[in-house]
Amino acid sequence: MMRAIPAVALLLASLACHAETPQQIRQIYVAEATSQQAGFAPSAKRGDAFFRQRFAINDKMPACTSCHTDSPLNAGQHAVTGKAIKPLAVAANPDRLSDPAKVEKWFGRNCKEVVGRACTPAEKSDFVTYLSEVR
Amino acid sequence: MKRIFLIALLGSAFPALADRLPMPANAPASFTSECSSCHIAYQPALLQANDWRKLMAGLSEHFGSDATVDRKTEQEITAFLERNAGSASRLGNAGNPPRITQTARFIRKHDEIPTKYWRDPRVKSKANCEACHPGGAKGSYSEHDISIRELRE
Repeated sequence: MMRAIPAVALLLASLACHAETPQQIRQIYVAEATSQQAGFAPSAKRGDAFFRQRFAINDKMPACTSCHTDSPLNAGQHAVTGKAIKPLAVAANPDRLSDPAKVEKWFGRNCKEVVGRACTPAEKSDFVTYLSEVR
Repeated sequence: MKRIFLIALLGSAFPALADRLPMPANAPASFTSECSSCHIAYQPALLQANDWRKLMAGLSEHFGSDATVDRKTEQEITAFLERNAGSASRLGNAGNPPRITQTARFIRKHDEIPTKYWRDPRVKSKANCEACHPGGAKGSYSEHDISIRELRE
């Protein structure tokens, strides 16, 4: 027990000092999803399907792919303004999934606009898993 | 003789100034990161203070997008925009919600652009300044830099 305390302290210190990694961000969502659904396991495959799903709530942005292209490894373009968008996948853009607040903010905006509702912790877990693993 | 030179210099400087809208040096990081994720960070001088206040008060319905930011960031960005806003008399009314493209100044500057260019897939939207003004994000809107050849006249 006593030996675990320095390890936990070290972990907390490293969380506070460094940009969070995709794995840490995934853990945040998985913990939330698990609390709603025991035994939940994230799936990159489900995340991939979610990325491609046509929600058709928004004429200009019926799916994630409307702005982010058919591959998260590609640079995209805002469907309305034409503004360039850097790739979503960590393999193509190491800045992705490094700031939990930023990830949560964009899930908030894009889920509302494209999916038409807030995304569930399970969907976020799958999506983050997909983006951190896709090559 | 010196005075004539000065007048000539001023005269040549003004048209250039009209197309230069440099970003104020004190722009907070939040302004750049929040406002330029979906479009260029439009220079504060493009709207008058009152219109920026209206725009910032309606970020949850920002031209079809939810662009809300936390309270502290909202105050920081609003203060910056107000401090550096453009002149009400030069810009004219921007409508409600305020649109840069609805200001009298924007309309006057673009009145010779045929509709088909606004619909051009390279342009997409009047919000996409950089489609024609490659230096737009840096505040350069000179007519000599228009990147669509057919529009460079």
